[in-house]
Amino acid sequence: MASASKKWVLGIVVLAFVVPLLQPVLPDVVSDYRLFLVSTMIIASIAVLGLNLLTGFNGQFSLGHGAFYAVGAYTAAVLMDQLNVPYWATIPAAAIVCFIVGYLFGLPALKLEGHYLALATFALALAVPQILKYKWLEGLTGGVQGIVLMKPEVPFGLPLTEDQWLYYFCLIVMVVLFWAAANMLNSRSGRAMMAIRDQYMAADTMGIDTALYKTVTFGISAAYTGIAGALSASAIAFVAPDSFNIFLSIKFLIGLVVGGIGSLTGSVIGGIFYVLVDNSAQALSQFVKNDLGLPFDLSAYTVFGVLLIAIIYLMPMGIAGGVAMAWRKMRSAR
Amino acid sequence: MVRTNRRGFVGGASALAMMSVAAPAVRAQKKYSDGASDTEIKVGHTGPYSGPASSYGQIGKTLEAYWKGVNDAGGVNGRKIKFLTLDDGYNPAKIVELTRQLVEQEKVLCLFNTLGTANNTAIHKYMNQKKVPQLYVATGASKWGKPKEFPWTMGFQPDYHTEGVIYAKHILANVKDPKIGVLMQNDDYGKDYWDGFKEGLGKDSGKVVKHVTFEVTDPTVDSQVIQLKDSGANVFFNIATPKAAAQAIRKAADIGWKPVQYLNNVSASVGSVMKPAGLDNSQGIITAQYLKDPTDKQWENTDDFKAWVAWMDKWMPGSNKADANHVFGFAVASLMHETLKKCGDELTRENVMRQAANFQKYKLPLLLPGITINTSPSDYYPIQSVQLARFKGETWDLFGDVMSAEGS
Repeated sequence: MASASKKWVLGIVVLAFVVPLLQPVLPDVVSDYRLFLVSTMIIASIAVLGLNLLTGFNGQFSLGHGAFYAVGAYTAAVLMDQLNVPYWATIPAAAIVCFIVGYLFGLPALKLEGHYLALATFALALAVPQILKYKWLEGLTGGVQGIVLMKPEVPFGLPLTEDQWLYYFCLIVMVVLFWAAANMLNSRSGRAMMAIRDQYMAADTMGIDTALYKTVTFGISAAYTGIAGALSASAIAFVAPDSFNIFLSIKFLIGLVVGGIGSLTGSVIGGIFYVLVDNSAQALSQFVKNDLGLPFDLSAYTVFGVLLIAIIYLMPMGIAGGVAMAWRKMRSAR
Repeated sequence: MVRTNRRGFVGGASALAMMSVAAPAVRAQKKYSDGASDTEIKVGHTGPYSGPASSYGQIGKTLEAYWKGVNDAGGVNGRKIKFLTLDDGYNPAKIVELTRQLVEQEKVLCLFNTLGTANNTAIHKYMNQKKVPQLYVATGASKWGKPKEFPWTMGFQPDYHTEGVIYAKHILANVKDPKIGVLMQNDDYGKDYWDGFKEGLGKDSGKVVKHVTFEVTDPTVDSQVIQLKDSGANVFFNIATPKAAAQAIRKAADIGWKPVQYLNNVSASVGSVMKPAGLDNSQGIITAQYLKDPTDKQWENTDDFKAWVAWMDKWMPGSNKADANHVFGFAVASLMHETLKKCGDELTRENVMRQAANFQKYKLPLLLPGITINTSPSDYYPIQSVQLARFKGETWDLFGDVMSAEGS
């Protein structure tokens, strides 16, 4: 990373930490609900980053990251519900469980390339909600009823609301995870991952243990997404199989493609995008119908789809890639 | 106008700012909570307009049309209803976010008829912590009537548990030497029926000779029906949602199994179950009803049904009148309408709950004759009576008296 962009990142992180403190000054703008919404964006960014590590930096496809998200969420929920584990301790636990699940899934996945792998992960995403309902697991997972949880309490008597604390907690986890990812990608291991993506045979010839790197990447990717799942369990304070349907996996993929494949910034943008657009698509379609008075009864998903097509058409490298390109063009024009 | 009002940060913030200026000025004479004022009452709702349960989206559309009609006629006690309805896609994670938006951002007076058992469970605790009414939820689970633990949540339809008890009692009273086979959808809805059914059988629970389950995503229930026939059962209790219920009825006829059939109310739809199953195969099936079936000719000349037909023609032109979701939506919206009317000028959240828990023998449009709304501070189940009906010809034929289960 260049030093200029490092300054930018630092600035944004500092800003993110300061904003909630403005609540007494601007109670309507920095409301608890908005902080909660930003927390969900942070969680989505982490999940998209997990997928990005696998797809963007290692070239393996997954249509099933919702499954790891669900495993992470349920690991956290079961630990909190059955063993009274504090919410913060569930994050590393979910990471470990998801790493193991992802690693094990990565082993047979070695034999599968490209769209075959995509299909296998797709099957995993379809299976997980059913497995969660399975009667032998019902005692743990609560079956279709799900598990109702407590929201994280503010520690050390800090003068924060629950939502402010949740926001800080998510933000800290996010900063740590992105920092770790950036360091990993800048290391020998990161270069090996990308070498495998760019030219599998060449990487193999250079002496990179491709099988090991691919499975470990799968595990790390799953762990990241699992951490996001565990955070969401704390944020929503409820888990149920219906929360982890196939659309979740597809949303991660949309976030990835729209944000920017193979870009850390892109993962953040992708996470923000899908929460924001998912939320405002319905408002937009209502706006078209009621305020513009056009005789279209567009469903929210139609609007979502049209937006998606427009973005992919205008910015084939995702928003991160598109902005970078526009930036370069502006500079060369000067 | 009825519409969702979300236009990004600026619009929401300025609307909020305006509200907070307007509210204290009127608080002096009349009593208001968030979401109510001299001119407006904000009511929130979420439903599945997309996703796996989107056929229930018709209920939300009916509710929206209902409030449009109310506003057109001058509103409730001079106040317009601002009905904010959002798409939760039948996803429990999504509804939490949307509910927070409705409660904290839009500051609705109450939530009304949010749909789905898992979805309502996801916001159950939140609504009660925030002390915001979660009224007349669209699910028949029995957990919505617990005023001691959850004083801000109330159900609407007869709960599945009660219905299960009623079928069990009817079987014991009417079938000689019953051997019962049960087909159950493997989820909380199925289990609620099953628990009620077992309770109704009491010491006779040994009369269930076979109990088989299926997943809502299973493509067919053929093998389950064959197992039930092989068990020698002469009574068949069909706890299934429409698709599987129709398949089971058809399969039973195909393999020549002729038990006495009981079908849960959830699937008692002529259009989406009995016709696909084959009208010949469906003769004699027994179910329980509490709403007027829109295909039943005998209601055509009753006042409330005529009013509903006229309303449908005016406010939902072109919609399928045989779809019972429209009847359900109209009935539950009428109850909400009456509740708000009773609140008068005291539109506080406490008073909304007080009025909701204060219906005595209230005659709600489109309920079967003899079934009324009864609630009290300790009874949060508005409808607890049903009437049995037998399928005859092309529609349901009601028989016997209106029945209710005590307690539950």
